[in-house]
Amino acid sequence: MTLPELSSLWLSLYLAAFTTVILLVLGTPLAWWLARTPSRLKPVIEAVTAMPLVLPPTVLGFYLLVALSPDSPLGRLWVEVTGGTLTFSFAGLVVASVIYSLPFTVQPLESAFEAVGRAPLEAAASLGAPPIDAFVNVAAPLAARGFLTAAVLTFAHTVGEFGVVLMVGGNIPGETRVVSIAIYEYVETLRYAEAHALAAGLLVFSFTLLMAVYAINRRYPLHVR
Amino acid sequence: MSAERLSLEVRVRHPGFELVVAEELALDGFTAVFGPSGSGKSTLLRAVAGFETPLDGRIAWNGEVWFDAAARVNLAPHRRPVGFMFQDGRLFPHLNVAENLAFAQRRRRGAGPARDEVVTALDLGGLLHRRVHSLSGGERQRVALGRTLLRGPSLLLLDEPLAALDRQRKTEILPYLESVPARFRVPTLYVSHDIDEVARLADRVVVLAEGRVQTVGPTAAVMERLDLQPLTGSFEGGVLVEGRLRGHDPRLHLSQVELGGGVLATPLLERLAPGQAVRLRIRARDVALATVRPEGLSIRNVLPGELVEIVDEPETGFVEAFVRLDGEGPPTRLRARITRAAVEDLRLEPGRRVFALIKSVSFESFDPH
Repeated sequence: MTLPELSSLWLSLYLAAFTTVILLVLGTPLAWWLARTPSRLKPVIEAVTAMPLVLPPTVLGFYLLVALSPDSPLGRLWVEVTGGTLTFSFAGLVVASVIYSLPFTVQPLESAFEAVGRAPLEAAASLGAPPIDAFVNVAAPLAARGFLTAAVLTFAHTVGEFGVVLMVGGNIPGETRVVSIAIYEYVETLRYAEAHALAAGLLVFSFTLLMAVYAINRRYPLHVR
Repeated sequence: MSAERLSLEVRVRHPGFELVVAEELALDGFTAVFGPSGSGKSTLLRAVAGFETPLDGRIAWNGEVWFDAAARVNLAPHRRPVGFMFQDGRLFPHLNVAENLAFAQRRRRGAGPARDEVVTALDLGGLLHRRVHSLSGGERQRVALGRTLLRGPSLLLLDEPLAALDRQRKTEILPYLESVPARFRVPTLYVSHDIDEVARLADRVVVLAEGRVQTVGPTAAVMERLDLQPLTGSFEGGVLVEGRLRGHDPRLHLSQVELGGGVLATPLLERLAPGQAVRLRIRARDVALATVRPEGLSIRNVLPGELVEIVDEPETGFVEAFVRLDGEGPPTRLRARITRAAVEDLRLEPGRRVFALIKSVSFESFDPH
């Protein structure tokens, strides 16, 4: 593969890794709250979280483009702080990906936390563990598979993202030209050989990743009850 | 061990159920919270542990307030110095036995038993490296009990710890459970709907029904209360009495127990030392009465006493007769279930001298606290 192809592949992986880390940090408390709250706000928050699943990426991308543009408060603040714009930049792609992939982090984690239930946490509290201690040392290990699933789905989904990236990031080599955009452009310009190389690479990568996850799940079943 | 005080004043409401308790309990040794399922026993225990927040009321332990609705005090469960053992053990499945024990020990704030002491007392040595899911039900509960003890609690709360076990496993774990309050000097509040367990373990019983406390008292006295029989009914009517072992007769395969001025022959119990206190359960239907000392009788256990009360058993041909045995010290009472016809024939009435003939005796516990 040539340098531009490799750079778009690298950019995709880098974006996906960055997004996954941010989403695990933000999504864990959100999923924990959703799994345990008796609040009447829960369905509202759940619906908002699931929106990226059903909205066409172009719709999401369009609103993000508006929200991140230098004319918006957020975009203006970003320009003032960093000197660059959020739109058509790597930072903008990260923000967009975090929103776009949110349900892929939150939903597996929420079901994993629900499966853990109250019982082990009560046991931990009865042994003197404060809530954060109980979360880190009991709930999180018991929900380990949920974390694995969430991380893999988020990562893979971000790698495969297209519409939102196109709307928010455009097609700047080395900055926003991720692998899916590169494939699109090769096809547009009838450079099928290059398109094939990247597409096949992505296919093999996704398959390998998913198979590894299922193999791990099979090999290390968690005995929760 | 001086008694510690748990003051309870709680109202907990669940759909279709309300628990209202106002009791000042002096706790040492084993105190059972007994009642049918749905009577609110577990809810009460969970409120003490802090897993359940009462609508209003106050919970204090030796004057230290854990919950006070009026003062808006609600100490988080992990800050209350209680050990809570669950019906299903709730061992952490991602840790092995030793790690489960260490989890509790690492987090304890005050003093507590050494790990080795707990491991020895509960025979956990062979289990330390086992995964939790490979343990049997009885082993799991032993580990759970050990883990709870290692937390160093000043009050032990046991929520039906034997309910999930079959009879054989129960018999295996009972001796371990029995020794805990004395050995680890921790007063224990124990929820159970099994009257036999209560009879064997508890020094004191709180009887709960439909969310209200029916009575609180020493186990033997509560068991005797006829008005509570609809609740304690599954316990075959009888009494718990305390005697002292006098000696053994291996040839006849008997042991002798001093009781109420007389001596009872019981099945041989060689592992007990003479002088040791024993708790016996004598069922009312195993006691017959005679007005003169009988002779030429196969029943060996004949104890003299005085008839104190006769209570009718409605709609049957039976009555329950209470007999106070002769002897020094606190009075020992027996219950005899005899026919109304016998009462009339023998002209039995309170005040009458009688001989209690005891057909069989079962041991409930060998080391009353």
